[in-house]
Amino acid sequence: MSTVTETRPMTRREWLLSDRPQSRTQARLGRAYMTWQRFSANKLAVLGLLILLALVFVAAFANVLAPHSPYIGDLANARLLPPGTEGYLLGTDDLGRDILSRLIHGSRLTLAVVLLVAIIAAPVGLIVGAIAGYAGGWVDAVLMRITDIFLAFPKLVLALAFVAALGPGIENAVIAIAITSWPPYARIARAETLTVRNSDYIAAVQLMGASPTRIVFRHVMPMCMSSLIVRVTLDMAGIILTAAGLGFLGLGAQPPLPEWGAMIASGRRFILDQWWVATMPGIAILIVSLGFNLLGDGLRDALDPRESGQ
Amino acid sequence: MTTATVSTENLVVTYDEFKALDDVSIDVAPGESFGLVGESGSGKSTLLRAVAGLAPVTSGKIRVHDRVLVGNRRDKAFYRDVQMVFQDPYGSLHPRQTIDRQLLEPLAIHGVADGERRILKALDEVGLGSGFRFRYPHQLSGGQRQRIAIARALILEPAILLLDEPTSALDASVQAEVLNLLEQVRRDRKLTFIMVSHDLGVVTHMCDRLAVMQNGRVVERLSSADLVAGRIGEDYTRNLMVASKGFQRKGAAA
Repeated sequence: MSTVTETRPMTRREWLLSDRPQSRTQARLGRAYMTWQRFSANKLAVLGLLILLALVFVAAFANVLAPHSPYIGDLANARLLPPGTEGYLLGTDDLGRDILSRLIHGSRLTLAVVLLVAIIAAPVGLIVGAIAGYAGGWVDAVLMRITDIFLAFPKLVLALAFVAALGPGIENAVIAIAITSWPPYARIARAETLTVRNSDYIAAVQLMGASPTRIVFRHVMPMCMSSLIVRVTLDMAGIILTAAGLGFLGLGAQPPLPEWGAMIASGRRFILDQWWVATMPGIAILIVSLGFNLLGDGLRDALDPRESGQ
Repeated sequence: MTTATVSTENLVVTYDEFKALDDVSIDVAPGESFGLVGESGSGKSTLLRAVAGLAPVTSGKIRVHDRVLVGNRRDKAFYRDVQMVFQDPYGSLHPRQTIDRQLLEPLAIHGVADGERRILKALDEVGLGSGFRFRYPHQLSGGQRQRIAIARALILEPAILLLDEPTSALDASVQAEVLNLLEQVRRDRKLTFIMVSHDLGVVTHMCDRLAVMQNGRVVERLSSADLVAGRIGEDYTRNLMVASKGFQRKGAAA
């Protein structure tokens, strides 16, 4: 029923899916709702989203949720207790600290690393790639050769070199990972830009007299966003693993910070007798990485411009 | 007024080694509707794009309202004067922006104040109500999209409209609607049209004079009346005329 005068109040769903939105907000919300519908049809993707929401929840309420202090252990009575011991659900480590509490507090570090890398690397890659693709010529050549140089280094080795130069620590690990992870985003943004730069709708905007900056930021970049979001989400797992890897090598988070990679490293010495010390943070990394991968897969289906365009 | 509104002199456009336009000169009088016909690849769209500043001009002159345009540089005044409607309505609207946003963009760029009123007026003028304002292009049909593209071109109130096969991607009944709409806005606003088409029927209907192009050159200039009466000088034009009449059974043709 598409009568203009409404005889009964619309349900919220009808309002969202309306053919003729009445305002900018309604149009935007309607589009978001369609994307959500496509996304939520994929059960695994929803599972991924739930895992990540749980991670955010745990990180936000770490102080309340953690049963013990993540730093202060009971050296006298609670060294290397196995999982399921009274009061220590996931056991304790060699300094008598509760592993569950450390995992809960470590989620903050994991989340911080992932978010900071995404916030630094994705926009840098997007801007470099979109400018290179749109400008073409020597600008393109210079920007993409710089990108190639960064791509030519093995990721972990470059990150190691940076951390070694800047000194170990979680902030430097974030910078190192960000520096090594933007080039693929630049490549993607450039490829997407090349496909849209010669399209008629960009020519139409040029004919309106829009400046190149305006065209790149307001008309080209939105077209790059969906593939970039998907790629960044899928890379999150890799970022977590790299951060954990740096932590494991002792170049990321420093003791006593409960970073998951560093926790695995400290449990390595007695992995055969007290397996849980290294295994528990490993499982946490596995679950969170899996969550990001499932979410990324779902987003790819939901945001694919070639499907949603029609 | 002897000067033309739009004129090109010995215009040459080269893509890499390929000469898309070779020494093309046309003159379009104020208020006139000028047609460009020719087969695919004859350079007719390139000529429009060159005027709009979207094609690499190698040599020659383009003049719009007595101003000589150099290379691909155009100032803002030019864009308020000259607008273009593209061939493919599925490719000429930004797929991620609402109609509202796309109509607002030219106004925002040129700092026009009364956007709200102009958008409603533009939609009204092309025969689409305000109900279409917040839709995305994928919620519109081909004909509706082309109307939006026309509204977008008209919203800056240009004097010259470049039409690049504006109806070739639409089916016959919608074609007629869009052509009538274009006729009407031309009459209402006293616009100058330069229209590209491979359809001689459309061109003779819409245009007063036309130029026939082949391989980047103008082979013949004639008026629509001449074309209809068959006063054709060049064999190429005659072939084009035969081709546009479509298939005829052998023996039925005289």
